[in-house]
Amino acid sequence: MASSNGTSSIVVKLERVSKVYRDRYAVRDLDLEVREGEFVVLIGPSGCGKTTTLKMINRLVECTSGSIYVYGQEVHSLNPTLLRRKIGYVIQQIGLFPHLTVAQNIELVPRLLGVPKAEREKRVDELLRLVGFEPSVFRGRYPRELSGGQQQRVGVLRALAANPALILMDEPFGALDPITREQLQDELKRLKREFRKTIVFVTHDMDEALKLADRIVVMREGRAVQTSPPEELLRNPADDFVREFLGARRILRHPQDVQVREIMLTTPVTGTEDMGLAEAFQKMQQHRVNTLLIVDERSVLLGIVTSGGLQKGIREGGRRKLAEFMEPVTVTIAEGENVLLAARLMAENKAGVLPVVDSRKRLKGVITKATLVSTMVDVLWPSGADRIENGCKVARG
Amino acid sequence: MDVTLWTLWQTYLARSDRFWALLQQHIVVLVMLPVLLATAVAIPLGILSTRYRWIQIPVLAFANLMQTVPSLALLAVLIAIGLGIGNKPAVVAIFLYSLLPILRNTYAGIQSVDRSILEAAEGMGMSPWQILTLVELPIAFPVIMAGIRTAAVICVGLATLAAFIGGGGLGDFIVTGLGMANNNLTLLGAIPAAVMALTLDWVLGKIEFRLTPRGLRL
Repeated sequence: MASSNGTSSIVVKLERVSKVYRDRYAVRDLDLEVREGEFVVLIGPSGCGKTTTLKMINRLVECTSGSIYVYGQEVHSLNPTLLRRKIGYVIQQIGLFPHLTVAQNIELVPRLLGVPKAEREKRVDELLRLVGFEPSVFRGRYPRELSGGQQQRVGVLRALAANPALILMDEPFGALDPITREQLQDELKRLKREFRKTIVFVTHDMDEALKLADRIVVMREGRAVQTSPPEELLRNPADDFVREFLGARRILRHPQDVQVREIMLTTPVTGTEDMGLAEAFQKMQQHRVNTLLIVDERSVLLGIVTSGGLQKGIREGGRRKLAEFMEPVTVTIAEGENVLLAARLMAENKAGVLPVVDSRKRLKGVITKATLVSTMVDVLWPSGADRIENGCKVARG
Repeated sequence: MDVTLWTLWQTYLARSDRFWALLQQHIVVLVMLPVLLATAVAIPLGILSTRYRWIQIPVLAFANLMQTVPSLALLAVLIAIGLGIGNKPAVVAIFLYSLLPILRNTYAGIQSVDRSILEAAEGMGMSPWQILTLVELPIAFPVIMAGIRTAAVICVGLATLAAFIGGGGLGDFIVTGLGMANNNLTLLGAIPAAVMALTLDWVLGKIEFRLTPRGLRL
């Protein structure tokens, strides 16, 4: 869809845009085009410049260099106040005016634009119904009388009130509980489809980005690392940063694209042929494993020793070497294979471990049942990806 | 000399015309006039203080200083610098005293407006003037009003000192009463002044509540 839409008009265009704070680039040489009706999500860890980028579009932050066009006009040639009235703006902290009623909050921009009162009232009722608020009940309420989710619904309606074609949203659902967040995402998706709005949306939540976006811009240290539709992002992450940011979600959607090297343990517990039994046993206990992979000095995989075999050897006594208890490894896998194959081999062979080797049989890592289970846990409870966002505070201009 | 309600009443009857004249002078000239003047000066200064640091620092310092000078000493200084005696220096002194509570509350009230509200306002295309008049001042209103209330109540008490420099007001009875060791006369000035302070606080509190938007009421 992205490429076939080349003819539709471009609503926002950034050309080599940079923003420098003191001596640090917040945004660096960013190019971006947002087409009419497109939902573009800017995502990245805190401090990556996503919020700064958004705020440069409506000039809440002035760019240091480069050009920004909105509806084809360079924003610096426009009065910022008038520019902003044509662009909807929603922020995480909502920022409803506490001294105004819900209706007064929503109709504020139309009021500034001089829309007659009767028309404004009609518009407010229309908007309230859009999100399932009964106008007679909600019009006269004050923000503090609403729940967080209701407040942000009003925040979104306020941005829609003057019917702008473009809406900027800065982590609008970030402060809401998961259930409410999901509801608002669904509603936003529906509104966007219904009214064909162009939306630029900032988040650090990859699930949100994958759910809402037509196109995702992954940002890191002020640069766009990858700009792709969600499916493409999942299939072909541009680099390790994007891959890690996507985390385990890719396994759920595209397991065939996730390689063994991404989930394997890179520090398998190994032994050598001339290792003594006691030493080997100690090593296994220390690492809490019940197999040792035997390698030579060039890390070529020679075989495997199990704790069962070792115990038998110790019972029988005598000073013997590991080589005597070694069993051949029948099943291995290459780093570049996908995780589905790994899981199948593991299941079919009832092996506890699956060594990962390169073309010359050198040991690169290992996949254990525990590895697969913890990967599944990451898929089902994807909190691992939030690691990157630990203690996230959004950098504000 | 014993004071009873009866003696107090007698004292009042003997000079009821003068009582009402002084009461009126106390309210209008020594409280309302300087407080209104102070409001007119302090609110714009408070607003400017939130905008420009170079205004904020000297202005708040000056207002603080004015309030730390003992009131009687301030009156003396005003006479000394050529304002003479009578109403004029009294009004100026009370005006200077009222500045701080109003100024400080205007500043604090506007500063307390949540950053996110201002960002939303700016982001949706409100001009700086619209942000001030439609967002900041309405939200800061209860705090500013509380400052005016404080100033007014302080001034009712302060105004009684005006009599020492011939400024009139209920203080006249107090000063004369003290001089003549006439407790009835002293109380004829002191009691109405106290009642006036309480009443004023109550009335202004009512006004404040009435004018506060429902969404901001606690």
